[in-house]
Amino acid sequence: MSSTELFDTVLRGRAAAGSRRRHPWLAPGLLLPLAAVIVLAFAVWMPQWFTAFDPDAIDTNAILEAPSGIHWFGTDELGRDLFSRIVYGTSQSLTIGIGATVIACFGGVILGTAAALSPKPISRLLLRVIDILLAFPEILLALLVIAVLGRGPLNTLLAVGLSSIAGYARLIRSQVLQVKLSGYVEHAVALGEHPWTIIIEHIVPNAARPLVILATIGVGASVLTASALSFLGLGVVPPAAEWGALLANGRNFIDIAPWTSLLPATVVAVSVISITLVARRLQTLLARGDA
Amino acid sequence: MNIRPGPRSPAVASPSPPLLEIDGLHVSFDTPQGVVEAVSDLSLRIALGEILALVGESGSGKSVTARTLVGLAGPYAHVHARSMVLGGHDGRPLDLLRQSQNAWQGIRGREIGFVLQDALVSLDPLRMVGREIAEPLLAHRLVARSQVATRVGELLTRVGIAEPEIRAAQYPHELSGGLRQRALIASALAGEPRLLIADEPTTALDATVQQQVLSVFKGLASAGFGVLLITHDLAVAAQLADRVAVMQNGRLVESGPAQDVLSAPQHTYTRRLLAAVPTGATRGRRLSAPDAAPVYSRAPVDGEPLLQVRNVSVSFLRPDGSLLEAVRDVSLQIGRGETLGIVGESGSGKTTLGKIALALRSPNSGDVLFDGRPWSALTEAARRPVRAGIQTISQDPLSSFDPRFTVERIIEQPLRLLGSLDKAARRRKVAELIEMVGLAPELLARRPTALSGGQRQRVSIAQALAAEPKLLICDEPVSALDLTTQAQVLDLLADLQQRLGLSMMFISHDLGVVQHMSHRIAVMKDGVIVESGSVEQVFDHPQHPYTRSLIASVPNLAAHQTHFWASSRAAP
Repeated sequence: MSSTELFDTVLRGRAAAGSRRRHPWLAPGLLLPLAAVIVLAFAVWMPQWFTAFDPDAIDTNAILEAPSGIHWFGTDELGRDLFSRIVYGTSQSLTIGIGATVIACFGGVILGTAAALSPKPISRLLLRVIDILLAFPEILLALLVIAVLGRGPLNTLLAVGLSSIAGYARLIRSQVLQVKLSGYVEHAVALGEHPWTIIIEHIVPNAARPLVILATIGVGASVLTASALSFLGLGVVPPAAEWGALLANGRNFIDIAPWTSLLPATVVAVSVISITLVARRLQTLLARGDA
Repeated sequence: MNIRPGPRSPAVASPSPPLLEIDGLHVSFDTPQGVVEAVSDLSLRIALGEILALVGESGSGKSVTARTLVGLAGPYAHVHARSMVLGGHDGRPLDLLRQSQNAWQGIRGREIGFVLQDALVSLDPLRMVGREIAEPLLAHRLVARSQVATRVGELLTRVGIAEPEIRAAQYPHELSGGLRQRALIASALAGEPRLLIADEPTTALDATVQQQVLSVFKGLASAGFGVLLITHDLAVAAQLADRVAVMQNGRLVESGPAQDVLSAPQHTYTRRLLAAVPTGATRGRRLSAPDAAPVYSRAPVDGEPLLQVRNVSVSFLRPDGSLLEAVRDVSLQIGRGETLGIVGESGSGKTTLGKIALALRSPNSGDVLFDGRPWSALTEAARRPVRAGIQTISQDPLSSFDPRFTVERIIEQPLRLLGSLDKAARRRKVAELIEMVGLAPELLARRPTALSGGQRQRVSIAQALAAEPKLLICDEPVSALDLTTQAQVLDLLADLQQRLGLSMMFISHDLGVVQHMSHRIAVMKDGVIVESGSVEQVFDHPQHPYTRSLIASVPNLAAHQTHFWASSRAAP
């Protein structure tokens, strides 16, 4: 019996006695975000399933129409169907979100491992670099990268990715330092394995285990950063239907057509929250599997 | 916890009711895999002034029984029994099956004192020891606030703690293991319970400290307390208990006066357990199958020693800047095919010595030769190709396996380093090794977390053998294992030594294990080898006072065991 169970028995008494564990995935707080994530995946894969409208088709007869049975989310100032723009924008936003996270993870693993295992002067230098990067807000770093590379979807992806390396590097460094002292690394030394083999086969894969979870949460954050960049007009180039760009565009008509900014904002919020919640759940399940 | 009384047996009138009487106790748990019965039809009784030892291996249900007796079986437990009655303070019987959670709070500490295994986790780290002991006094309103300090002092004195005022003002981490365990006993005694339940109270302690703690229990029993001692250690039970009850898979297989159960066991399981205890008397005998008993002869030892440790010293810098001398001027050698046992209590430097032999730590002074050539003096790059010759088996193999690897990949690890074997050849070799250590090939696909402790230790042995070593450094290889599993692993190691002509450095705190396994023995204390020699020399004629006190402090089963062996041989 674990100490928490002991605690349960002693403090909650009989209240805990009749409780039966529900299936972990069936809680409504999880079922809804999971459904949202599945819908997002389909929106990336098969956007035409969701809407008959071309996201870029201009219809001068339907400018800034309110949400209706035909245009579910209304239309924008050029009469483009907002719902289909959001659906088609999903792949842009999520590609940037996932791509940026992949870049951040790779960079983080390399930088973090180097900071943990290099000789002292180098590791100190790298650690200071990480600290300095962490001192800047991510969005500021991303702006810096955009300023150097210019606009466009690929550069947005790079900017968001590079700007979030430091956080991952910090985590990986502490993980590597911990794994380095573990019994199996010492054992590998005793077996006579080469230091590089030990780093590549034992240290990095084990140190990177918590990264999987952090990265899933990071996708949500990256989507948000990318949207923010587009909102500032520094992300993707129009007429691309990226979520942040939609939001920025809608801002101009917030008095006469509030749906043009409210609805994209809602989609961004719901997506980010859903992805994060599913990731959290994944985290606890994996942690339990480890124990 | 769901408690429902079973059908009651007709009350038996008895002149002096026992302190605790359990009849037909069943405890089962709801688990994701269904209902598991942990204790079945257990009946026990403990009288005042009596120590009952409940012995068994892990999973036998002994701890569940203890927790059930204090109402802590947990939310998923179903408890029922014909009766479970404790003689209360006021002489009225307390029915332990019909207590509310609130009532339990009045029983725990007041009617039943509960002592857990690890005092470091059982005592609140942020509280001074005195306050911890005072808590039951205040909770049960036993003494006036002004009297608390005096009473705490009395309790600490009662468990043999000198300078109680100073100790009461210290935090648990400031006390040594033995003092901590005694402070925990004092806190269990604070409510003046008449029954004390101790779950493995000395398992984490060194032999000499264990002796001190055991004598506290002995003293309490003669002062009239009833003690239920849960232990896996038959020798502890033999030394301390008036009566012994043996559990296996949730059932009581045998119980009776300690003397009878341990020297003339009736049940096969008890016999098997007793035969599995390694001592001086079991040398050269198979522990896991005593009746088959093809006695393995010992490999002869001659020629130049395989490992030579010469005047080695190692020191560490403590966090406060002072120097800790872990090993001081130690010299030893291990011959080919020889087992050198290293015994000592925790902190004596034996593990550090093992790491020096493995060249995982370099000595500050002195040197180590392996196979007649320099070993500790080499650079790591020069040492790497030679490393296969010295392999290690640790107490906790799980921590020495990469958590991502399957059993097959783990055993394969040293084979890959050889570089000379292709994939198919490696696979054949792994299959050979797993058979050699007596594991089923189906286990190859599993991860070590899905194996039992004994299986893990076998995997660790298979991995070590894959490198075809000449020397095995075994650091407490069986300390985490149950008695019967320990017996199998020790037999396996002895067989392999015989078959492959291995040399071994066998590090253990358990004198019996070392005595059973070794040719020669070195006794360590505070980083120094205080005595070394053949097993007979060291055990039969110890020269150093420390060796003598160490041997004297080990609870001994040998007398019982010899008796048991003699009687079992005499039987047709």
